[in-house]
Amino acid sequence: MTQWSGYLGLIVQGALVTIELTLMGSVLALIMAFLAGMGRLSRFFVLRALATAYIEFFRGTSIFVQLFFAYFVLPLVGLELTPLQAGVLALGLNVGAYAAEVVRGAIQSIGREQYEACIALNLGRWHGMRHVILPQALLVMLPTFGNNAIELLKATSVVSLISLADLTFQAQVVRAQTGNTMVPFATILVIYFILALLISWGVRSLERRMARGLDGVRV
Amino acid sequence: MDWDWNFVWEIMPTLIQGVKITILATLLGSVLAAIVGLGIALARRSPNKAMSRTVGWAAEFIRGTPLLVQLYFIFYVLPDIGILLPPLVAGVIGLGLHYGTYTAEVYRAGIDNVPRGQWEAAKACNLSARQTWSHIIIPQAIPPMIPALANYFIAMFKETPLLSAITVLELMNQAKSVANTYYRYIEPITLVGAFFLAISLCSVVLLRWLERRYGKIER
Repeated sequence: MTQWSGYLGLIVQGALVTIELTLMGSVLALIMAFLAGMGRLSRFFVLRALATAYIEFFRGTSIFVQLFFAYFVLPLVGLELTPLQAGVLALGLNVGAYAAEVVRGAIQSIGREQYEACIALNLGRWHGMRHVILPQALLVMLPTFGNNAIELLKATSVVSLISLADLTFQAQVVRAQTGNTMVPFATILVIYFILALLISWGVRSLERRMARGLDGVRV
Repeated sequence: MDWDWNFVWEIMPTLIQGVKITILATLLGSVLAAIVGLGIALARRSPNKAMSRTVGWAAEFIRGTPLLVQLYFIFYVLPDIGILLPPLVAGVIGLGLHYGTYTAEVYRAGIDNVPRGQWEAAKACNLSARQTWSHIIIPQAIPPMIPALANYFIAMFKETPLLSAITVLELMNQAKSVANTYYRYIEPITLVGAFFLAISLCSVVLLRWLERRYGKIER
């Protein structure tokens, strides 16, 4: 008779690591998304070029390769990272590149008349962005951000390959110790799915809250 | 640690071997994803409620869980019930199933975008269901889907390094084995990144062309 309760503890620990990674990765991704997304719309060529290079590089190569690069190659150039740091860095930068395009698209989707209104009211670039454009653009971004967060959650499973003890890693441990493959893998599949459902539910309710008071603004 | 060009040329043949497997897995996976996606899209349109619900939930589940865990599931759990698959086959099935759930949405959108009038006209011309699909709906639905489908195939290409986790000797795995043999990480992993970046940048150019060629439909 296998001691499933003890193994369940392992799985729960793994789930906590996965959640931690998802949260920290999302924060980094959000910061990078706004930096690079606004960078692509900048007046300055250098900023535009930097942002484009960042986005193309991180969207063009696989998350897996980026993670291995962060974990195995960066130490050789003197940047030692723990598995957790490497994971957050790779995940955040990768998903941030995808989300940057969302930010750019959402800002560009705001109608011309809004920008003209900003000029007419003598708002500077920063103030217009902060008080007029972004509040409307955020609402457009949110649903896609939700999808990006789910992609990030799914990508966290890759960090098990650089020996970070997340859900997938713990499932492998349980599998090695019990010889049972079906139960651990089926369990973590369900846990991942529940986490994904939580994210999409959370984003939807956030969207509803932010849309409040904006009725009639968008047609 | 310095970059060593001699070492690069030495390991190049091994990496090229890996590239071939990577491309093979992508191509086979794309074909499978295209077929699976069509199957899911058609099943979800089926008048049989039980069938469309079940397929819808299954697709939602597959989309909400990580590909890596699904690959483990196919490769390690299926043998328990007597289905023993070679690594590459398991990998292709995993990629095809996972991306099939994404392409299903593309098909759905494509079919929904065919105007109602076309269905009614087909009915008015007394075409059978089969004729309606093959002569009216599909020819109009496919071209706008092509860029979106290609987009997912590029995404799939970038996920193929995950196959190394189930012992497929593709590019990433070859690079890792080279790195472990000579204990030099910087060249193999960087080269893998360069390969992926080169191929994805080329495919982005192809994608832009596809978008120009097929993206717009004349109404």
